[in-house]
Amino acid sequence: MSNSKIHLRASNSNITLPKRKAVALISGGLDSMLATKAILEQNVHVEGLNFFTGFCVEGHTQALRKKDTQKQKRNNALWVAEQLGIKLHIIDIVEEYKSIVINPKYGYGANLNPCLDCKIFMIQKAKEWMLENHFDFIITGEVMGQRPKSQRKHLMPIVAKESGAEDRLVRPLCAKNLPPTLPEQQKWIDREQLFNFSGRNRKPQMNLANTYGFAEYAQPAGGCCFLTNEHYSKKLQDLWTHRGEKLYELDDILLLKVGRHLRPRPHFKLIISREEGENHYLEGYCHQFIHLRPLSHPGPIALLEGEPSAEDLHLAAQIVARFSSRRTEACVTIQIQQGRDDPRTLEVIPLASEAIPEDWYI
Amino acid sequence: MIELDVRKLLCPLPVIRVQQAIKTLKPGDILCVTATDPGVLHDIPAWCRIHGHRILTTRKLERELQIEIEVQA
Repeated sequence: MSNSKIHLRASNSNITLPKRKAVALISGGLDSMLATKAILEQNVHVEGLNFFTGFCVEGHTQALRKKDTQKQKRNNALWVAEQLGIKLHIIDIVEEYKSIVINPKYGYGANLNPCLDCKIFMIQKAKEWMLENHFDFIITGEVMGQRPKSQRKHLMPIVAKESGAEDRLVRPLCAKNLPPTLPEQQKWIDREQLFNFSGRNRKPQMNLANTYGFAEYAQPAGGCCFLTNEHYSKKLQDLWTHRGEKLYELDDILLLKVGRHLRPRPHFKLIISREEGENHYLEGYCHQFIHLRPLSHPGPIALLEGEPSAEDLHLAAQIVARFSSRRTEACVTIQIQQGRDDPRTLEVIPLASEAIPEDWYI
Repeated sequence: MIELDVRKLLCPLPVIRVQQAIKTLKPGDILCVTATDPGVLHDIPAWCRIHGHRILTTRKLERELQIEIEVQA
């Protein structure tokens, strides 16, 4: 499939062999970094793919908050690609990915994480990319038995088959536990230089990282997808329940990552910023929502989603006042504006902390 | 000079937009990106380094960031 060539001397004659090309799924974590390195070591040209679903746990989203300013503001997949010296293509799959989240063939994990369907879908996209770009095979950092939902031994052939990648899917970290793939059979890569990792023990990966001289690598706690997060999944489920349909847009799922989410009544919800960075972010959405902000003193911006009555708006204003810096004052002035309409103000008594039932928090 | 507005977008969307824009440009073209996510100061140069494009300038304005990229072959 590849046009590029390398020249090898064998049996005293010049033989021209194609330099094989592999596309690696790069998450930004250690496993895909090691898997890619293992194939690079075998003189294969590798380029990386990273998929943007909208649910990705991004340092930057978290870095909206001051408490997260210590976190490195970097994209781990780009960082890994740079360490490996490979190109990385970041692919926007937000629209196509919706069907995976909304209707996963293999169901959800502990939360709204459709891990098996997601894995199949991403490898299918990688296969399309491989064919379009005349690459030869696909690499993933999967390790047999490492993930309860998507990396169990009996599921690995299903992923290879359903994605259409079949025997062009190489999992270098656990290849020796699996039947030889086409690149191994054809000697494009040497099976003996691949690995037999399995299970949840991370020590083999750490040892291999040492061997390769990787002193630094990302170790995301809780994975790289918000759908594995119980709190986030609860907010997504709430969105579906109260809209009466299992659909979403990109802005919906991005906003679920930001602020406090409270549903004081079934027909409206508030997204209240927690600090300045979130205020700036929510500011960008004000033209699409009814929004509230304290006028008499600094405080949070809140977006209101739903169809509130006058009474509901008063309650919303009281809640916003509760999260402002003057929550103990007798009266706080809150500005309410619908999109870009003329704003109006309400004078409200901040709601007492104990007057906000726990079940309003989503 | 080609302008690209990625204000209000959080990474990696600005990087994706840069990647898409550069696909339509030719070597020597200058792409001027305006963003608000501070993460672009790390990610866009990183993406440019691994794809061989050249960062000409990065500027921090009051609430915006500007990055100028020269497209390479």
